[in-house]
Amino acid sequence: MAEINALLNGFAVALTPFNLLLMLIGIVLGVLIGVLPGLGGANGVAILLPLTFSMPPTSAIIMLSCIYWGALFGGAITSILFNIPGEPWSVATTFDGYPLAQKGRAGAALTAAFTSSFVGAFVAVVLITFLSPVIASFALEFGPAEFFSVYLLTFCAFVGTSSENAMKTIASMMLGFALAAVGLDTVTGQLRLTFGFTSMLQGFDFLIAVIGLFGIGEILLTLEEGLEFKGVHAKLDTRVVLETWKELPRYWATSLRSAAVGCFMGIVPGGATPASFMSYGVARRMSRDREKFGTGMVEGVVAPETAAHAAGTAALLPMLTLGVPGSPTAAVLLGGLLIWGLQPGPLLFVEQPDFVWGLIASMYLGNIAGLIVVLTTVPLFAAILRIPFAIIAPVIMVICAIGAYTVHSSMLDVYLMVVFGIVGYLFRKLGYPLAPLVLALVLGDRAEASFRQSMLLSEGNLSIFFSNYLVGSLTGLALLLLFWPLISTTKRLLKR
Amino acid sequence: METGDDRSAAKRGTLEGITAVAMLLLGVLVIVDSVRVGIRWVDDGPQAGYFPFYVGVLLCLSSVWNFAMTFVDTASSQKSFVSVASIKLIFAMLLPTVVYVALIGWMGFYVSSILFIGLFMVWLGKYSWTKSILVSGTVIVCIFLMFEIWFRVPLPKGPLEALLGLA
Repeated sequence: MAEINALLNGFAVALTPFNLLLMLIGIVLGVLIGVLPGLGGANGVAILLPLTFSMPPTSAIIMLSCIYWGALFGGAITSILFNIPGEPWSVATTFDGYPLAQKGRAGAALTAAFTSSFVGAFVAVVLITFLSPVIASFALEFGPAEFFSVYLLTFCAFVGTSSENAMKTIASMMLGFALAAVGLDTVTGQLRLTFGFTSMLQGFDFLIAVIGLFGIGEILLTLEEGLEFKGVHAKLDTRVVLETWKELPRYWATSLRSAAVGCFMGIVPGGATPASFMSYGVARRMSRDREKFGTGMVEGVVAPETAAHAAGTAALLPMLTLGVPGSPTAAVLLGGLLIWGLQPGPLLFVEQPDFVWGLIASMYLGNIAGLIVVLTTVPLFAAILRIPFAIIAPVIMVICAIGAYTVHSSMLDVYLMVVFGIVGYLFRKLGYPLAPLVLALVLGDRAEASFRQSMLLSEGNLSIFFSNYLVGSLTGLALLLLFWPLISTTKRLLKR
Repeated sequence: METGDDRSAAKRGTLEGITAVAMLLLGVLVIVDSVRVGIRWVDDGPQAGYFPFYVGVLLCLSSVWNFAMTFVDTASSQKSFVSVASIKLIFAMLLPTVVYVALIGWMGFYVSSILFIGLFMVWLGKYSWTKSILVSGTVIVCIFLMFEIWFRVPLPKGPLEALLGLA
């Protein structure tokens, strides 16, 4: 088994004292980010990205991906103890997690959430280990038309799977593409959309957009709830953990189903949130005590947490193999790869095996470390949430400003961040999804390049996107997803 | 009628409309500039505006739809977008932030951050001056150690740092 060998090599790369230390730092920072309002996986990783500029790429990605795992774990703490979902995919965790905490079983809910997160991530990492080399070697044969159809599929999937208004998804996505087009056109050397401002030459950096949209926007949203957080106190001792672990094997079927849903939805962009809702719904429908869901069932915590973590992890699979991130956080990690001089995509597996397998090995280690850290330090992190918002809010603003400044050492970016923050607040309140905007901003240039290359190959004939089975089925699936909202509405109207 | 701070400061429909019109104008801007750089097919392939042109068109079309929906879905449009109490809090955060960000460029990152956190705590949090200075000072020292010393990422500095010989 070539994969096992490669993975063992990866462990050798990841298991240095320096990398282990970074892993631990990453997890702790990640949980902190996941717990604090206004900081989440995407903008947290974006803010901390400049810290890694001077590190070797493998160590850097290990630390950043551990921040991501930590943030995924941390989201559960706020959902269960404070009924505040730290991340959109933790919303489903509040349904049963918070009632459990109110009943005095916060410890059990947290243990169940962390353990399920771990299980979900573990299944997804195994999937990445064995599936990504296959996809990568398959994608080596891809031409520009295939790549464009993959991009098309990514973007159409947002329209097809989003629970929000499809037209708002498109508007938000197109705004991202327009922002991506600003600056120098690499093919013709012409300036686009700069309107004579030299400061616009560089275009918009998506990291700034991520920090503003998610960070500042989130703080403004949280402010509406007032300045005080009210939460349940949690004790997490060994006895509670062991008792909950004894209870958990009972839900093996739910775990397995949720992990499968999560892995599948994670590869599709923007999948973690729908995955968590979907698996909660499925678990409720399949359960014998259906009506008890929502009143504090451990199973109701297991299902969404497993799925969300599986999806969050699986989102890295298309990022590594195709260079197409499945979530905003995966997009930020991809941005990191580009900054360290690595070109994500199928060639990465051939040219940088140490990097790829070191990262995959660190996913196993990072999640184990994460489970241990969160199980032992919950009271500490819960205490952080009790710090009044009048202190937390300005501190987070300061951290966001640092993050925005350090990307290019430019003050203009800090001003832009504030503008993006206001846009983020408006968009969130009006139901414009932010993930398509960020992904369009990240992938815009490359999507356009692959489109233009395909057009050059075919001399302007769009039929190139149906020229063989592979590209044809990808494009076909993309179009189906694009028109899915229209199809399902028509079906509903016809039924009436 | 609702009274006091619970009453609505703005209707959802108003904000929906403003956002849709702003996006529409942006779309028009993208189209105009794409036409300027060329949206046609020339001998060496598509011109620079070829791709952004359609992006602009789609942005306009979806914005027109979203604008129209504010009149179709009147129930949702009549709902409150934000209450007076919330908008007050939001401006209490946003205005100091704008001032803070403007100050960074003038007197450096560290001094303006201490002022921002400290004054925010005194005004909004109603903390005592000593406590506020203590908290904001500690936070900034931690940030200084982490960025300037451990990770060697320099942050913008102003006249005070120059005076102290830190810059």
